[in-house]
Amino acid sequence: MRASGFSVLSFVLVALAHVASAKAGETIVVKITDLAFVPAEVSARVGDTIEWVNVDFIDHTATASNGAWDLALPAGSRGRLVVKQAGVLGYFCRVHPNMTGTLNVNEK
Amino acid sequence: MRHPKALYAIAAVLLTVPGGLAFAAGAGPSDAQIAHIAYTAGDLDIKAAELALEKSQSKTVRAFADDMVRDHKAVNDKALALVKKLNVSPEDNDTSKSLVKDADEKRAHLATLSGAAFDKAYVENEVAYHKAVNGALETTLIPSSDNGELKSLLETGLKIFQGHLKHAEHLAGSLK
Ligand SMILES: [Cu+2]
Repeated sequence: MRASGFSVLSFVLVALAHVASAKAGETIVVKITDLAFVPAEVSARVGDTIEWVNVDFIDHTATASNGAWDLALPAGSRGRLVVKQAGVLGYFCRVHPNMTGTLNVNEK
Repeated sequence: MRHPKALYAIAAVLLTVPGGLAFAAGAGPSDAQIAHIAYTAGDLDIKAAELALEKSQSKTVRAFADDMVRDHKAVNDKALALVKKLNVSPEDNDTSKSLVKDADEKRAHLATLSGAAFDKAYVENEVAYHKAVNGALETTLIPSSDNGELKSLLETGLKIFQGHLKHAEHLAGSLK
């Protein structure tokens, strides 16, 4: 039957999509430009990767406010981090602490 | 010992520049003078940081000084590339001269200190110095600059130095 065949197919597709995201996670890009994290607030799920791309001519860091991680981001570089814990986590740049950002991390 | 008041005097000199003795009334500093003042201010902060790297044993103070050398060099390199591109020769002026004179005296005083006393005095001076320079950028140097690229570089510089000010304030709080 046509209708049920369609729903079985969409179920399979959703299941496949779920497996794929559980495996690889998504990459969420945060640009660092003119002394700001853009966007300053991003949502992610456990297992996703946050990638910071520093297009400024000076070095920055992405440093977790709770001390969990501290990523050096030299001028023109990019740095990645896989998020491992759900929750709201603030971060900042150690060199320019008025640069701040927030990760909203949900369960997988 | 020099009173922090002396530092606010730098701010006062810079802030009163447009109507003051350094520049023709109403004209404000020229781009060639602004470039010289901004470059000089950065260079003086690098010199203070180099002194801190010679003298301080504190890991956090040394890390801050490393940041100052790296950032101010990066900004000054940009400034040099820009004046070259614009074919402008930075022009010495009374504001630059008073900045140099005051910073030289301050460094001579810091050189007589050591240990925790040095760290505290260096970091407190960094707070006052960045406040003074940022104030001058906001009220005089940025509004007076005619060239768009120079203005834009000064605006980026201001954001960088506002970051340094906050960092220095945190550090000063932790040394108390
Ligand atoms: Cu930064």
